[in-house]
Amino acid sequence: MFAAQNNGGSRSEARLLSAILVVAICLTLAPVLRLFVEGVTYQGNPSLSLMREVLAQPSTLSALKHSLVTAGFGTLVSLVLGSAFAFLVALTDLRAKAALVFCLMIPMMIPPQITALSWVQIMGPSSALLKTLGIAPPLGAPQPLYSPEGIIFLLGIQHMSIIFLTLRAGLRSVPQDVVEAARISGAKGLRIWWQVVLPLTLPSLGAGTAITFVTALGNFGIPAMLGIPAGYATLPTLVYQKLAGMGTTVLAEVSVLAMLIGAVAVAGILLQRLLQTRQKLHLVASTSRPLALPLGKARLTVEILLWALISAILVLPMFGLLATSLIPAYGVPLGLDTISLASWQEVLFRQPATSRAFTNSFGLAVGVSLFLLVICLPLAWLMERRKTRLTRLFDSLLDLPYALPGVVLSIAMILLLIRLPFTDATLYGTIWIIFLAYIARFFAVMFRPVQASLKQFDPAMDEAAQSVGASLYQRLRDVIFPLSAPAAAAGAILVFLTAFNELTVSALLWSSGTETLGVVIFNLDDSGETGMASALAMTIVLVVIVFMALIQLLSSRFPKGVVPWQT
Amino acid sequence: MADIDLSCVGKTFAGTPALQDITTRFDDGEFVALLGPSGCGKTTLLRILAGFEVPSHGRLRIGTREMANAQTGANLPPEARNIGFVFQSYALWPHMPVRRNVSYPLEIRKLSKAEIAKQTNAALASTGLVDYADRMPSDLSGGQRQRVALARCLVSDPCAVLLDEPLANLDVALRATMQGVFTDFHKRTGATMVYVTHDQAEAMAMADRIAVMDQGRIQQFDTPQNLYERPKNRFVAEFVGHGAVVPVQELKSGGNAQQARILGAEVTVQSANQEAQVSHVCLRPENLTITETGDLRSKVTRITYVGGKYLLEAVTDCGARLFAETRARIEVGTQLGLTITTPWAFLED
Repeated sequence: MFAAQNNGGSRSEARLLSAILVVAICLTLAPVLRLFVEGVTYQGNPSLSLMREVLAQPSTLSALKHSLVTAGFGTLVSLVLGSAFAFLVALTDLRAKAALVFCLMIPMMIPPQITALSWVQIMGPSSALLKTLGIAPPLGAPQPLYSPEGIIFLLGIQHMSIIFLTLRAGLRSVPQDVVEAARISGAKGLRIWWQVVLPLTLPSLGAGTAITFVTALGNFGIPAMLGIPAGYATLPTLVYQKLAGMGTTVLAEVSVLAMLIGAVAVAGILLQRLLQTRQKLHLVASTSRPLALPLGKARLTVEILLWALISAILVLPMFGLLATSLIPAYGVPLGLDTISLASWQEVLFRQPATSRAFTNSFGLAVGVSLFLLVICLPLAWLMERRKTRLTRLFDSLLDLPYALPGVVLSIAMILLLIRLPFTDATLYGTIWIIFLAYIARFFAVMFRPVQASLKQFDPAMDEAAQSVGASLYQRLRDVIFPLSAPAAAAGAILVFLTAFNELTVSALLWSSGTETLGVVIFNLDDSGETGMASALAMTIVLVVIVFMALIQLLSSRFPKGVVPWQT
Repeated sequence: MADIDLSCVGKTFAGTPALQDITTRFDDGEFVALLGPSGCGKTTLLRILAGFEVPSHGRLRIGTREMANAQTGANLPPEARNIGFVFQSYALWPHMPVRRNVSYPLEIRKLSKAEIAKQTNAALASTGLVDYADRMPSDLSGGQRQRVALARCLVSDPCAVLLDEPLANLDVALRATMQGVFTDFHKRTGATMVYVTHDQAEAMAMADRIAVMDQGRIQQFDTPQNLYERPKNRFVAEFVGHGAVVPVQELKSGGNAQQARILGAEVTVQSANQEAQVSHVCLRPENLTITETGDLRSKVTRITYVGGKYLLEAVTDCGARLFAETRARIEVGTQLGLTITTPWAFLED
């Protein structure tokens, strides 16, 4: 009866909880706090003078404007695409919904720099694909994607999955009888959608829009690949350019920029939180059967349209990427006589940087997943069982390092670790700074699925073990861990995937010898080695799809809500 | 096996008292039921006995060991108490087969493999689960799951067994069977058992003594017969059985019987002792006889068939609501005469 607010149990639980909580807070929230302190001090004294100075620079203001424009309109594109898909999939009787949903999730899992690279390969005068088909624009014609519109378009595609997911979750909580009652009352088709479904899903639509805006604002890969050639800087790319050009001497200055992005992002996050709580207020019932309004004769047309759109968004750029990776030199059309695996061979087996990056990214991804697994499992369980004011506060803040733009976290990490407290040692320039940044960034990715599975867990299971004499460690090992293992596995795979592909954080934290795969692709493309960049990107896309398929296959064994794209 | 001693135990949740001033003793080997409406504190009391909750006041002793003391802050964690607990939701571990669910307490106690196998088999046999030993909990019916839970709690030979509404999720027929299983188990092991329920028939059928609880306090702790025949206050009188409580208008004690005027009628009443001051009587169906000439005129407002007889709800001319039994069907709205015979009287403060 009172299990949720259990005060009993053993003292060892309280001790373990405080120990892990301290570690978790240090890892996730300390960097954010450190950044804040940096922004409001000047040479150790509280001062806002630096902040005023940086904010007055024209480059700051134009980057802020560019960020807001691209993120804003990009969100609009996501909103249109994502909500159209979500309404159709969640409300109507379309066939093959599972396949549709799986395909719609791929854009979110493919790193943005690869999205940008692949789209560049199917447009512009030197596109191998267009040349092969003989429809390439003449040499010297501009690459249409190197423009604000290009950034907006790709940001829109990259993040439509977020809108799709949140809106679909909202739609699924609309009780079926609400729609049935409307139909009995004589409402038809669009009228049901407009007067019943839409008002009920507005909060989730709003929450999804807010979080998409924050994500688009923090995106580095797309504006970096498209904006830097066009001389169009957003806040994240401005931070990158300053730091890459002048090193840590401009650390204080870029901290202010990072705080500026952070402030806009926090506003978005707060808006999303507000809308999410409102959604919980009026939608409590959950449906057993999903809605399936008949589309009638239009069904086939709609299905063809949707799949055509998906192949245009997903498959076409991949063909572009593949074509570029198979030509011997950039600008040559692909044909039976010119086809060559030289780029693949060079990038996968000869380039020392690539194999280093593979080792680094793989090692980081595995290490971070395992570390988070070990820390999140007991923490999530103890926080569920022993709710205190501190654990509630931590629960509401732990998404921050993931939700905040990667640039913000990177700067925060540099500030925190460039000179370790009480020593002269530094972690800047080592792989450990990337490792710690990843821990902070992906903490929520691991923690939330585990927490979701433990919330469904009957506390009596644990109490039963306790009443037969099992100690805290024995209960964790024999009861808690086996029961939350599937969710933990899904969380670990997600962390692995995202860490393996990560660019934004590592772009600011890498140095020679500690480059990650994301950085290598970015650098290869930057130095004109587009063929090799494409080959490497193709490899990563394959790895991503294989891992996603793996989760999909295992998904029947996961509790509800663990696999992000699962019903 | 051990007795359980509570002194001044209280529990407050966020400022609201859930349990107040519980001082009582459950004897060694006794089958005690905690009975009360939901929210009365019975589950909280059970969870304090188990150690899942820490009392805010008072002391708890089980056997020779002090389990919790709010003054010193001492609280033995549940895993160190050697207590059996049977949950309403069974709380079987879904990832372990039946045998491992039952043997797990012995693994914790680091017994030898052979010893574990022997004791597990004995526990499975005594609950009739030998054929199901290799099944997973999800493949069992509700009654079988509850028997696994029982086997799991008896295998480690606990000093007391606590049961939290263990039959609430079962259907009526299975409930009767499982009541038999629990009673047999209690007779065979002689364990001290504390059983939480909101179903008075269940409590009456199994318990040696019942603690009727309301608003965080034990209202009366007595044998089932005494609770029914000699309730201490209005709550117990109304909660146990179909009791109507009506005020005593005038009391005359003379000789060896007390005479009272109830609803205008002169009636002989029983009470704890002859000199006791009483203010109310409890009228049960047994205290009321339906007669044409009965001096208590009343009108039938509801009639329910309860198998073999009808339960009548009647309202007297002065507005009191009474329960009576009849073998013949009487239509709603009929005027009746009722006669009261020796009801139980108590003092309501």
